[in-house]
Amino acid sequence: MEQKELLNIITDNAEYVGAYNIRVNGKLLERSTNEFVDIVSKKDRDGIDIIVKDNTVNQTILIPVILTKGEITDKVYNDFYIGKNCDIKIIAGCGVDNCSSCTSEHDGIHSFYVGENSKVKYIERHYGHGEGTGKKILNPVTNVVLEKNSTMEMVTTQIEGVDNSKRVTNATLKESASMVVNEKIMTNLNQKADSEFYVNLDGENSKAKVSSRVVAKDDSKQSFYSNVQGNSKCFAHVECDAIIVGNAKVSSVPKIVANCPDASLVHEATIGKIAGEQLLKLLTLGLSESEAEKEILNGFLK
Amino acid sequence: MIELKNICFFSEGKQILKDINLVFNNEITVITGPNGAGKSTLAKILMGIVKPTSGSIFYNGQEITNFSITERAKMGFSFAFQQPVKFKGLKVRDVLKIANKQKDVALSRYLKNVGLCSKEYMSRELSGDLSGGELKRIEIATVLARNTNVNIFDEPEAGIDLWSFNNLVKTFQDFQKEINGIFIMISHQEKMIELANKIVLLNSGQVEKIGTKQEVMPLILNLNKSCKGCGV
Repeated sequence: MEQKELLNIITDNAEYVGAYNIRVNGKLLERSTNEFVDIVSKKDRDGIDIIVKDNTVNQTILIPVILTKGEITDKVYNDFYIGKNCDIKIIAGCGVDNCSSCTSEHDGIHSFYVGENSKVKYIERHYGHGEGTGKKILNPVTNVVLEKNSTMEMVTTQIEGVDNSKRVTNATLKESASMVVNEKIMTNLNQKADSEFYVNLDGENSKAKVSSRVVAKDDSKQSFYSNVQGNSKCFAHVECDAIIVGNAKVSSVPKIVANCPDASLVHEATIGKIAGEQLLKLLTLGLSESEAEKEILNGFLK
Repeated sequence: MIELKNICFFSEGKQILKDINLVFNNEITVITGPNGAGKSTLAKILMGIVKPTSGSIFYNGQEITNFSITERAKMGFSFAFQQPVKFKGLKVRDVLKIANKQKDVALSRYLKNVGLCSKEYMSRELSGDLSGGELKRIEIATVLARNTNVNIFDEPEAGIDLWSFNNLVKTFQDFQKEINGIFIMISHQEKMIELANKIVLLNSGQVEKIGTKQEVMPLILNLNKSCKGCGV
């Protein structure tokens, strides 16, 4: 697979206008900055600082990472310092194309410091490709601190082809801050994916909504763990829906802790095969069973 | 024309349908009767969702008893479920597009037919975020969108408010005029029964009467009056 094709998959064909940083096989390939966004290489370790000025709006920042060979472990620290009153979009993610028999691993540690009244949409896509026997491993960590009245919408997608992944999201929300997370993961064959959320609702009127939709096929295994601490008058809703196809195994472990009597916390989880009535409905519309299954799974992960 | 010959259906040792012989022509047929009469089972047998224990089904002279749901759908059968199905992820637009590959503008007509604004509903997820009445109307729209010759509605009025129900009756009338096909409806509603060219009264798994409203209504009222078990 060509570099460009891999980049397009993980950035969903986004255009490289504005600030961006492309990393290939552990090295910087290309970088662009502008008057609103600065990107600086870290001096003490691998990674970059992305600095967004106060009042920056309508900017999209792209920071894709790709690995195109085996026998590589790429650990990178990317820190985002987002000023006050911003409204921006960040597209990140990692694509691994490993045709060798050796392992490719990318551990991206992204930390966000979101200033007061700012709004951030963070899109992260992960994708693995390659016929080789080498494992494709991705372990993303996302740390988020949301200042007063700031919001973050985080959309993470692990599309396919990743043998092992462990994603950890840590978030601290201050007064009236809100966070919405939409996670979509699909595993097949013998793949394994774990996802953990640790959310601290420290500020009064802070809100968190975490939705995880996963499809586990064949003999793959997935686990979801969430730990939400309501430390003030706050609201949280955590929802995990999993569809099992074949002999896959899925576990969902919720933990919601109200450390304040005014905390309102909800966790919902459903795990099971495709509902029979959903298949029936689409059959009555003229689809075959395999077509119906495909429509249901595609819609679920869209 | 659909012809049912000697249809019987057993479930868990209990006979649900007993030797049903019926003919459905290009007209509106309402199947009515008390709860547990076997109406929904009969509708599902017509669509292939339930296989009869014995008996045969013919459509325009061809035997379709062993045809799958998909095969019947492709032949021009459509079915509106009594309990609308929810989908996490699929939007109203997605399901309408499966029913009919037309573009949004053309599909909006079918939402309008059931009293829903396409701008408001096309991008909504077909999930629990919609009310029961909204889901039910979208379920009916998916059938209207298919423009098929055979249309089976299992209690289309269930969960629909009175105002929308009156509009729905008009929609069904117009739809049948346009399609001029086989329109089969399971219903208890007098207004729906009034629409029918033919009424089939089902009781305890058997056809008790086939006729016009004037012929069947007195029997329906009698059924409602008498309760053999307690004499009420």
